[in-house]
Amino acid sequence: MGREFLTVYWREMIRFVRFKGQLFAALVQPALWLLLFGIAMSSNFTNDAVVFPTIPGVINVDYLTFMAAGVMAMTALFTCLFGGMGLLFDKNWGIMKEMLASPMPSYHIQLGVGLGGVTKSLIQVGLIMGFGLLLGVEFFPGFSGTETAVAVLGIFAFVVIFSAGFIFLSAGLAMRVESMESVQAMMTLLTMPLMFSSNALYSTASFPAWLQAISSVNPLTYFVNGIRYFALGGDFTALGTHYEYASGDILASFAYLLVFAGLTFVFAWRSFKRAKVT
Amino acid sequence: MSGKIIEVQGLSHSFGDFKAVDDISFSVEEGEIFSFLGPNGAGKSTTINVLTTQLDCQKGSARVCGFDVRARPHDVRKSIGIVFQDEVLDRDLTVRETLEFHGRIYSMPRDQRIAREKELIELVELGDKWDERTKHLSGGMKRRLEIARGLMTRPRVLFLDEPTIGLDPQTRLRIWDYIKGINEEGTTIFLTTHYMDEADKLSDRVEIIDHGRIIAKGTAESLKNTLGEDMMYLETGDDERAALAAKKVPEVSEVKRLSSGLELILSADGAKVMPKVLRSVEGEGIGILSVKMKKPSLDDVFVHYTGREIRDAPVDGNSLKMRRH
Repeated sequence: MGREFLTVYWREMIRFVRFKGQLFAALVQPALWLLLFGIAMSSNFTNDAVVFPTIPGVINVDYLTFMAAGVMAMTALFTCLFGGMGLLFDKNWGIMKEMLASPMPSYHIQLGVGLGGVTKSLIQVGLIMGFGLLLGVEFFPGFSGTETAVAVLGIFAFVVIFSAGFIFLSAGLAMRVESMESVQAMMTLLTMPLMFSSNALYSTASFPAWLQAISSVNPLTYFVNGIRYFALGGDFTALGTHYEYASGDILASFAYLLVFAGLTFVFAWRSFKRAKVT
Repeated sequence: MSGKIIEVQGLSHSFGDFKAVDDISFSVEEGEIFSFLGPNGAGKSTTINVLTTQLDCQKGSARVCGFDVRARPHDVRKSIGIVFQDEVLDRDLTVRETLEFHGRIYSMPRDQRIAREKELIELVELGDKWDERTKHLSGGMKRRLEIARGLMTRPRVLFLDEPTIGLDPQTRLRIWDYIKGINEEGTTIFLTTHYMDEADKLSDRVEIIDHGRIIAKGTAESLKNTLGEDMMYLETGDDERAALAAKKVPEVSEVKRLSSGLELILSADGAKVMPKVLRSVEGEGIGILSVKMKKPSLDDVFVHYTGREIRDAPVDGNSLKMRRH
């Protein structure tokens, strides 16, 4: 296979660092989530009136630490859902024609953009994690150096596969629709249910059955599970809920995200294949 | 090396019920500048899109650089360069990055790519804009950059779709110079245009296309010569009788009534024929109000073949997209 997709990737990254304002917002926005929403909610939960039961011998995680994993996941979600938008610009006002008219097979565009989305997610998630630790997020409790390194790698593996799934989805959609407004509307419509039916910001244990059903097919839920497993271990309580993850559960979560990414890959593949210069 | 670099046989292309290109055949010789002249919506861009393998070849056959567009689109793409009708640039890449991106997606070896970038940037005189983002370039500079980009891979044939649309007259002249220069270095040029002067000044051969069909072909000169040596316009007191009188002059090959006055096509030098025409008309006792003579232009050729002026032609959606500056 040719390496032309690396050129598409190179351009994606030039654009990522070139728009300073956008780059700044992309990095600061998740930090603000942590700082404002995280600390505000935490102070509510540490109020004397709210007492969550804890289990002796099981690590109890404070809210800031709990939701930090959720903010990391949501950041990757936003970055990738809107990451395909650039293609729509390219179609209407940019170099999509040049790329589609070249001898480079069109799936290289998909691969390059996909790699770009994954890289951006990794950078952002890494930064938020670092920022969170500074704010007092208690990730990797009692982990040795090696365990921490493995945990970070595990988190990154989840970031990669989750981001790939959503960047392919948004790239595929961007290639199929015509107007900026319709994609934007679609993405906004997707984001809310994904976010609020997941376990990113709260426990889903007391959800009504129908909402639990939605949550259990939501890729974001599986992504957050993966991050929490690696960051906090397989046995902890938070907000009064006891979380127990066996490594099999985590493998299943990963496999679920892998299948999701596979499906969106095929969807994007088809979208690019039928893309025509007009 | 010479021979036919583009060969098209019985090409048709439809969008739904609309026949954009209707059974056209033509060929382009290696090394020439070949123009497709016609109004917007005549089928020029559709033809280019089929030849550059952007659109499927629905009916008929086409070979570009010896490769069949249907069987070997990849080889066609590798051997051609394209300058699109509308602006196709990443506004946030620099001039250098624009060329680098192109060279890389065309899998050029690094050294060759860098050498070409330097060479072409000098050719289109954008050397001082090397690190400028393309959004800061003027319309003419953007066009030149796009032409340079189209030449990165040393294509044997360069497709230029309306290369000077939306540019000011001075910039157009400069772009023409570049096109001629590139052609002199051996690149075959396939040009589409709806500007008569562009086809006239640039091309070795012109084919006029209208409603998806080729209606006339030849060199710009020979096309103009189909309208005779000179054209004469006459306003008289009685155009109907004057027309009859003018027809009696053997060198008047055609007489056409206009809304006011007559248009005469002369088969010999107008300077000598005009007095004969005037004598003949006055001999009938018809008063002459005004008289004018001119060399036929491609505009006249177009009017002659289609019965309408090129600028009256219907406008398609694509051409409404103006180039950004």
